[in-house]
Amino acid sequence: MKHNVCLLEAVNLALASEMRKDEEVVILGEDVGVNGGVFRATANLRDEFGLKRVMDTPLAETMIAGVSIGMASQGLKPIAEIQFMGFIFPALEQIICHAARLRNRTRGRLSCPLVIRAPFGGGIHAPEHHSESTEALLAHIPGLKVVVPSSPARAYGLLLAAIRDPDPVIFLEPKRIYRSQQQEVEDNANALPIGSCFTLREGSDITLVSWGAMITETLSAAESLSNEGVNCEVIDVATISPLDVETILISVRKTGRLVIIHEAPRTGGVGADISAIVAEQALLDLQAPVVRVTGYDTVMPYFRLEKHYLPNSQDIIDAVKQTVEFV
Amino acid sequence: MKTLPPLQYLDHEGQPSQPCPEWCNKPDWLLRCYHYMVLARQFDTKAIALQRTGQLGTYASLLGSEGIDVPVALSMKSTDVLVPYYRNHACQIIRGMPLEEAFLYWGGDERGNSSVQMGEDFPNAVPIATQSLHACGVASAFKIRNQKRAAVTFIGDGGTSKGDFMEALNVAGVWQLPVVFIINNNQWAISIPRQIQSAAAQLADKAVAAGIPGIQVDGNDPIAMHEAIHNALNRAYEGKGATLIEAVSYRLGDHTTADDATRYRSNDELKSAWERDPIKRLRNFLALQNFWDESKEQALLQETHQLVQEAANKYIEISPQKIDSIFDYLYAEPNSQLIEQKDWAIVKAMQGGSHFEGESS
Repeated sequence: MKHNVCLLEAVNLALASEMRKDEEVVILGEDVGVNGGVFRATANLRDEFGLKRVMDTPLAETMIAGVSIGMASQGLKPIAEIQFMGFIFPALEQIICHAARLRNRTRGRLSCPLVIRAPFGGGIHAPEHHSESTEALLAHIPGLKVVVPSSPARAYGLLLAAIRDPDPVIFLEPKRIYRSQQQEVEDNANALPIGSCFTLREGSDITLVSWGAMITETLSAAESLSNEGVNCEVIDVATISPLDVETILISVRKTGRLVIIHEAPRTGGVGADISAIVAEQALLDLQAPVVRVTGYDTVMPYFRLEKHYLPNSQDIIDAVKQTVEFV
Repeated sequence: MKTLPPLQYLDHEGQPSQPCPEWCNKPDWLLRCYHYMVLARQFDTKAIALQRTGQLGTYASLLGSEGIDVPVALSMKSTDVLVPYYRNHACQIIRGMPLEEAFLYWGGDERGNSSVQMGEDFPNAVPIATQSLHACGVASAFKIRNQKRAAVTFIGDGGTSKGDFMEALNVAGVWQLPVVFIINNNQWAISIPRQIQSAAAQLADKAVAAGIPGIQVDGNDPIAMHEAIHNALNRAYEGKGATLIEAVSYRLGDHTTADDATRYRSNDELKSAWERDPIKRLRNFLALQNFWDESKEQALLQETHQLVQEAANKYIEISPQKIDSIFDYLYAEPNSQLIEQKDWAIVKAMQGGSHFEGESS
């Protein structure tokens, strides 16, 4: 059945679809039950699947992650919600020291097929600690997969893939675009591949690489630039870890120019890694230095200043012009 | 709050301090328990000797925990799940971990966590208190699936100061989970004594805030431990929820082989702790019941010594895994970066090989 849905509703569609299909899938988190999640990502699921499969937890993030690991070791497929990514930090010890390592340290005797969902990123005038983008922290951890959808259809397909994945997946939902765009999504239980970029727009002059809410800004910049005769190829990374290096390299070899856009702080960001990979493997194909358009290396500002922190389409246009004009 | 003395049936000398349960009139369980307590101590002695001679890594001695781990392991069903900390080798061995694989783990090899005999039991938790939450997750799975099983998890006295432990007690209480928490209160968290770890009169009191029963037990008394763990497991099987058992013991060894406890605790304290040795206590009780004598003791020592020696020999014969193994178990399916890095590592591990040779090929 086709649904005209926003990203948030697509998340809900995917959760319901997989819970109908697989009895081992359970949901736990703060306010996910009666309230359906503070953003309503789990709306109506408790009514359909009951208390034993949609569990409101005590208010303790470490516990949510630790209990999910225990459940996953028993073959359940827990989907834990961390209410905002800014509150994931108490859970990091459990995620890094246990979820990411259980398969390796038991040489496959036990495994940890869990999903941790968290809304992330800025742009909605949220309170302090509600707008961070710390995906690079998680991408640095061997044993995890880190996925970021940027449209309703990709949220649906990638979340299905995350739930079916035999290893722990961190699923970061860009809350700035939770409700901002509607799209036809077929509720057909078809997953999209984890570990593959999505080329959203083909172009021959320059490659723009981004993910999450920044895809919206990037596509808008590409549209403006096309009116000025600059053809941008836009790649949605979608899976931060493991990176689909090939798709990026093939595009850069074609265009010879690369701008990477992310909302997270610049230093140690995933953009640095993409830039390094291109320098290692496609240096001689480059016709201009790689440029990064990123957040600053500051604390994510409280909302009065967040628009100055977040990269926008004009920043991207400026970076692209600088790159294509480089001789 | 009224504080009861710890549950105890045998005093330091192995004399009943109150009438023992009916089953103590038969030798079966008591002799099995004694056998494994002696085996555990033989394993421990050998592990320390291997470490001191450079044949094992840093090792956490189990000395002084035999009276806790052995009754717990003997009381658990194979369908229950053990979620250990890092001092439960006795429990793990009784539940099926081959002795040589116990050595293998402390010898720096992940295969020590991998044997099929360990079933669904968790590997050792090295980060403090994290395991308490895994046990709650395992118990949640049992409850969701309506299985009559229990998760049993251990922690040290130091670990009870961590948030994970309190979060675990809390969720176990509110979700009425089939889980048993056992604190091995051996009085020392490396150099930090019990009295500066917590102002609680008993660590078992921490159960009160979670709304679950907490009981303090003499952890050097295997009969008391048997009673406590049986009651707790039965509560779990019957759907009545979680129990916290504080087993009061003493860490008769160093924290690990990397520690030197003479730096921070007195010989007098250690000497008096040895008077409460759980093995001596059970042996005295067995002799009192006419279940034991010196010739049986010698035969048992010889038998367990030989088992441990054979396992140590097997362990020493086991070659390290190939470097491939660090890539092979990270994910169910390795990604392309890992496949590439594995090739580099294989070349680098060859005689005269280098990382860059692999990378350019």
